[in-house]
Amino acid sequence: MDKQHIRNFCIVAHIDHGKSTLADRIIEKTGLLTEREMQEQVLDNMDIERERGITIKAQTVRTVYKAKDGQEYVFNLIDTPGHVDFNYEVSRSLAACDGAILVVDAAQGIEAQTLANVYLALDHDLEVFPVINKIDLPSAEPQRVIEEIEDVIGIEAKDAPLISAKNGIGIDDVLERIVERIPAPEGDEDAPLKALIFDSLYDSYRGVIVFVRIRDGKVRKGTRIRMMATGATAEVVEVGTFGAGQFIPGEELSAGMVGYITASIKNVRDTAVGDTVTDDDRPCDEALPGYKKVQSMVYCGMYPADGAKYPDLRDALEKLQLNDASLRYEPETSIALGFGFRCGFLGLLHLEIIQERLEREYNLDLVTTAPGVIYRIWKTNGEMVELTNPSNMPDPSEIDYMEEPIVSAEIMLTSEYLGAIMGLCQERRGRQTGMEYIEANRVLLKYDLPLNEIIYDFFDALKSRSRGYASFDYELKGYEKSSLVKLDILINREEVDALSFIVHADSAYERGRKMCEKLKDEIPRHLFEIPIQAAVGGKIIARETVKAVRKDVLAKCYGGDITRKKKLLEKQKEGKKRMRQIGNVEIPQKAFMSVLKLDSE
Amino acid sequence: MYVRALCNEIASYAGTVKEPVYTVFFGGGTPSVLTPDLLKKIMDTVVTHYDLIPGAEISLECNPGTAERATLAAYRSIGINRLSIGLQSACDSELKILGRIHDNKQFKSVYYEARDVGFDNINIDIMSAIPGQTIESYENTLTEIVNHDPEHISAYSLIIEEGTKFHDLYGDDNSVIYTHKVNDLSSHSNTRCDIPSLPDEDTERDMYHMTKEILSSAGYHRYEISNYAKDGYECRHNSVYWTGGKYLGFGLGASSYYGDNRYKNTSDLGEYLEQKGKRYDLIYIDESSAMEESMYLGLRMMKGVSITDWRKRFKRDIWDVYGKELRKLITDGLIVTDNDRIRLTDRGIDVSNIVFSNFLLD
Repeated sequence: MDKQHIRNFCIVAHIDHGKSTLADRIIEKTGLLTEREMQEQVLDNMDIERERGITIKAQTVRTVYKAKDGQEYVFNLIDTPGHVDFNYEVSRSLAACDGAILVVDAAQGIEAQTLANVYLALDHDLEVFPVINKIDLPSAEPQRVIEEIEDVIGIEAKDAPLISAKNGIGIDDVLERIVERIPAPEGDEDAPLKALIFDSLYDSYRGVIVFVRIRDGKVRKGTRIRMMATGATAEVVEVGTFGAGQFIPGEELSAGMVGYITASIKNVRDTAVGDTVTDDDRPCDEALPGYKKVQSMVYCGMYPADGAKYPDLRDALEKLQLNDASLRYEPETSIALGFGFRCGFLGLLHLEIIQERLEREYNLDLVTTAPGVIYRIWKTNGEMVELTNPSNMPDPSEIDYMEEPIVSAEIMLTSEYLGAIMGLCQERRGRQTGMEYIEANRVLLKYDLPLNEIIYDFFDALKSRSRGYASFDYELKGYEKSSLVKLDILINREEVDALSFIVHADSAYERGRKMCEKLKDEIPRHLFEIPIQAAVGGKIIARETVKAVRKDVLAKCYGGDITRKKKLLEKQKEGKKRMRQIGNVEIPQKAFMSVLKLDSE
Repeated sequence: MYVRALCNEIASYAGTVKEPVYTVFFGGGTPSVLTPDLLKKIMDTVVTHYDLIPGAEISLECNPGTAERATLAAYRSIGINRLSIGLQSACDSELKILGRIHDNKQFKSVYYEARDVGFDNINIDIMSAIPGQTIESYENTLTEIVNHDPEHISAYSLIIEEGTKFHDLYGDDNSVIYTHKVNDLSSHSNTRCDIPSLPDEDTERDMYHMTKEILSSAGYHRYEISNYAKDGYECRHNSVYWTGGKYLGFGLGASSYYGDNRYKNTSDLGEYLEQKGKRYDLIYIDESSAMEESMYLGLRMMKGVSITDWRKRFKRDIWDVYGKELRKLITDGLIVTDNDRIRLTDRGIDVSNIVFSNFLLD
């Protein structure tokens, strides 16, 4: 296939604007799949993705389109994740493309992620053309949205296809536009191999399957390849392209093409996304730009609810990591929760997805501790330590100062909620860095926010305070000095390590109080009174009490009640089993997660 | 038709039961709605097919709204020698809340007519923690029934059970919750303002403790968590349940413990009338289940569990099986041992479910 007939592109959009649906339509129209084979959303093949309506793992499909000029074109549609947690993956996927389709909802217009993604695409020098989706909605205002795109983003939108991906309206127009507007790839087939890894996948039969975009040169079975950043080498077993939901083996991949390589690589870590693949015998001079080591942003402890399941949890994490290089974990021990792992994630959504997969696919019952970010502690001896587990916080006398990660956030909203959202950012220690009216009633707010203020429930708060009209995007900006303290929780006068968390000194009292109130509701009454206290540096700042049980008695127990009575007692005993024993107190598993819901009232 | 099916069922077991019968209890629902004729038929069936010992305790549950003098006399002549009357409260407004159709006056007339026709062993059921009940009104109920001088008093604390109207109304934490179901609580309380709140936990316990005080000073000793009697008038029938004795239950939804099985009859009338004799919720009581029961039923009785009897029954020492649990419960002040017996303390009674759950074996 000559390069002139290849189009490598992706679709960028704000969440729910119809990216996956358009992808489905393109696949359908290009005729590789019959309608019967067509699952509702072909690209999203993981259960969780379908339920959450988002794409987690970037995937790619190769289809063949016969254009109106009578020629056949190969389309490599590279799917990109739609969530801010996966920004780096998005940027690598974009780097594998030559152009992008920007999907904008005809009713909603531009949203925070529309901007973030389109700027990302423009940064990668991609040719971007817009399509206006959902024109069949009663509230659709395509003309307004076109103007918005031209004003805000500054790209031509006058002749943007007006489509409804859901109802298959305007798709032909999009296909022709892909041929016209997306440039054919460039690259030198005879130069040394230079290919970008934009994704990888672990398959238990074939090992790691590396997704690549070939910039220069060729790769075929038997080529000895080298990953330039990780240094791993391997001999290619198979190359090929992506059918919908299947791998189609081929002879070779050459400059301009998108495809996969298998080489009996056992660990996805060896094939880091963003790394450059070259020919070990004839390496290229320099790697492709932009490679970053993936950084975990959010950490939490994960413990099996049943301590005996620790090996199962370890195996499950190992397996998940084969497929998800951004998941980090290391063993840790908690006095309260026993053996578990401290896990690192790209963000809170990533955390939730992993948690759900562990519970659903591996049938594990988990106790998760409060998520936290990575703090930098500068000690008086000049040493710097990164803190991922609050329990490991050094003695305050050894601490010179602490730093916390700050993000630059962009929030797009309608102006009527401006006050509410600015209030929210204020509460979360935000610092306003900008505000632009992009239309009479639409505002782009820019804030610097501490990451630890947004990892719990910022997204939910934003949605509820704006009635869903605000959208949000952020990227890590750096670290700043901050006044942070470790908040400890004492139950029946015993410190519970798994409940400690780091908090800004100014909100310690408030959070401590809420935490105690929440735990008071979560901890069942015992035979004795249980004080619940919050403390900072040994000083009690809040207290609640779980009163002792006064009565738990069955007044009647005659012939017909005995079997039922036993069930009741069994339930009581079973309930006890599902709790964690801290000293004399039994604490339900979910109490450990209650800190997550402190602001939900 | 129902009585015929019932008699057939009673007769059907005759061949299998070799043991003598010590007690008969007509209860569950309101057996006193049966005419004496029908009741006699049932009683005759029992007498014909079983070895009923002389002086057996034969009880009948009786609703104060449904019994007349002639009927009571007829019951007596059939051989019924113990009457259990479900008064619940001497306060009429509380009876309404409970959805009862009788009032205190009707109760008194039934009670004294029963005395008149020769019943010399009568139980009165009363209830504490009724919505709207106060310490004073409950104390009044207690003193009033003590004055009637019955032989036996069962004093229950109202339990809000799942699936009942009260549960819909008060929820799990016993706070008033308003739902559309409020309306069918009873015709007398069909608006929100009419729903009285449940006595709080402290008041409820105060009532419970007051029960013991008033009744014991009047000569009734507590022999089970909710049962009080004058000496020699403990209900022999109910004691069977708490000591692991065997019993056969006949009729719709009746429970039995016979052989080594606990089981239930159908609760579907149509099915019952077909007389298929199908057993529901059949549970085999193996030795460890029997041990568990011996504790959580036996400890309901104030005299507690005898260590010697336990060893005789199970051929094992109770301390070998439950040593750890017993020691902890003793340390926590929930049970005590004296000589041969293990008993609940007052605090242990208050939280007896928690105590009992310790005796379930893995």
